[in-house]
Amino acid sequence: MGMIGAFVLLCLGFDILTEGRFLTPRNIFNLSIQTVSVAIMACGMVFVIVTRNIDLSVGALLATCSAIMAMTQTEFLPYVMDLGLNHPVTWLISIAVGLLAGTLIGAFQGVLIGYLTIPAFIVTLGGFLVWRNVAWYLTGGQTIGPLDSNFVKLGGTNGTMGEAASWTLGIVLTAAALWMLWASRRARARHGFPVKPMWAQGVLAAITAAVILGFIATLNAYDIPERRLERMFEARGEVMPEGLTVGYGLPFSVLILLVVAIVLTIVARRTRFGRYVFATGGNPDAAALSGINTRFLTVKVFALMGFLCALSAVVASARLSNHSNDIGTLDELRVIAAAVIGGTALSGGIGTIYGAVLGALIMQALQSGMAMVGVDAPFQNIVVGAVLVLAVLIDILYRKRLGA
Amino acid sequence: MVDRSQTPLVELKDISVSFGGVKAVDHVSVDLYPGEVVGLLGHNGAGKSTLVKVLSGAYQKGGGEILIDGKPVEINNPRDARANNIETIYQTLALADNLDATSNLFLGREIVTPLGLVDDSAMEAECRKIMGQLNPNFQGFHDPVSALSGGQRQSVAIARAVYFNARILIMDEPTAALGPHETQMVADLIQKLKAQGIGIFLIDHDVHSVIDLCDRASVMKNGELVGTVNIPDVTDDDLLSMIILGKTPTPVTA
Repeated sequence: MGMIGAFVLLCLGFDILTEGRFLTPRNIFNLSIQTVSVAIMACGMVFVIVTRNIDLSVGALLATCSAIMAMTQTEFLPYVMDLGLNHPVTWLISIAVGLLAGTLIGAFQGVLIGYLTIPAFIVTLGGFLVWRNVAWYLTGGQTIGPLDSNFVKLGGTNGTMGEAASWTLGIVLTAAALWMLWASRRARARHGFPVKPMWAQGVLAAITAAVILGFIATLNAYDIPERRLERMFEARGEVMPEGLTVGYGLPFSVLILLVVAIVLTIVARRTRFGRYVFATGGNPDAAALSGINTRFLTVKVFALMGFLCALSAVVASARLSNHSNDIGTLDELRVIAAAVIGGTALSGGIGTIYGAVLGALIMQALQSGMAMVGVDAPFQNIVVGAVLVLAVLIDILYRKRLGA
Repeated sequence: MVDRSQTPLVELKDISVSFGGVKAVDHVSVDLYPGEVVGLLGHNGAGKSTLVKVLSGAYQKGGGEILIDGKPVEINNPRDARANNIETIYQTLALADNLDATSNLFLGREIVTPLGLVDDSAMEAECRKIMGQLNPNFQGFHDPVSALSGGQRQSVAIARAVYFNARILIMDEPTAALGPHETQMVADLIQKLKAQGIGIFLIDHDVHSVIDLCDRASVMKNGELVGTVNIPDVTDDDLLSMIILGKTPTPVTA
């Protein structure tokens, strides 16, 4: 709750400092696109840190997955398999290969940690060096691109849902959120537990709807630049009607993040796997004595982390529309920082998915806000580092107050 | 009185456990009949906790045999123990402190909806039901158990052991952290469970509570079994000398 407040204050503060340039549809659109890659991995990092582990290899793993996918779509499929460039199945096969590779590498690291009991810090520190350089080896250090024309649509600006589909999705999401609020209220009432008063429930529902629909409205309000629109019409052999404006709508990459965050929130709160992750983080011995296979659980958590690294690799390389040798550099630190700013405790057992996404947003907002205000590059990183430490301090003080 | 003419509920035969050359349990045999409470006595490090952890699946035995209803069973992990209706209340309670009472009660055995999601409301309702029987004063169903008092935490651990229709219950110093009122609550519970035909291994330091609660007592010293006696046949001094000197009392002439 406090974090949402901090985020709102931060945005308003930058908006005032930049004289209203921070909270424009254009900047919010860019901010959300820039956040996606780190936020997706931060969701997985919550599970890793909650089970009292750490993963220092996510940036390097992202690079390896990106390299594998880049080579698959620019070398293997077009020439070795003779499908040619921009074949309609290329992007699907490439993504499938990348996700499989990420999951397997993650699971492999999980086996080393869970079954061979090598500390996660060491395994993933080794992984950090190994996967960064596997990526280098696979591409010979070259920038691989341009990537498949369908693949790059998952990167952000190159692929958005358009206004109508965005509104539809927004309404579906709002309806789903309201239905879930109502269903949980009904379930509590059925067992005779106290429920929130009707007015509080109503306010909560209204805020939920306003946030979802407001976000969609903002993204729709960012119009595709006229030149770009003209070219899109030219590509289809049509002439652009005079005075036409078309909004971008929700980028596919942000849609991916939304799906990941929603699914993982359900996994964390409403599945046995999620329950066991938190139990293991709270007391590993108790979890084992309750019959939970904590070793296999570790493998599953790291496999999930690997899968999400590969998904981030899709978004990150598609956004750049090529694979570069330094992709994902320092991402491990951003991802861990996002999870920690989002309230995930390194001592294990505590953390939320939405917190991690919010943490990633706060970091990105800080970085781009300072750039807009004109803060020198070294000071930007100094501030981000100080904020990380401060956020954890506030979290500690807050928990002490609550006595939890 | 306990009927010992039938097959025992549990037989631990010739059990050995060693940790890196140190024999923590050395060829120990004990048994337990339905509706019976068997006390396990001994100094710290005598091996009593280690012995029952073999039965609860926390440790693997180095040698020997476990029989339930006369049939040999393999218990390699806590899941196997639970499958054999063996429940344990650990001295450390073994609770996940960051989760609430309901999640701890059902940990590893959650109630799920048809979609495979955990059904928190249904579990909380069950949790309130059993807590109402065990400890009517229990509050804080939504707090993490770290925020509960010692007695409340103990009731969560006890609830977890008795909720799932245990046939064999292991209690490792269940009253060590409790006040007099809660200790009495545990004593009453043991009587109730006994009447239901559940067999209980009770580990305790306190000779008097063993005399009050148990039908038989097995005394261990340095990993070996000193002997098993019928509680009505012995005095507290007899038990103490078994614990301290490792001597079985001279049989009472009958």
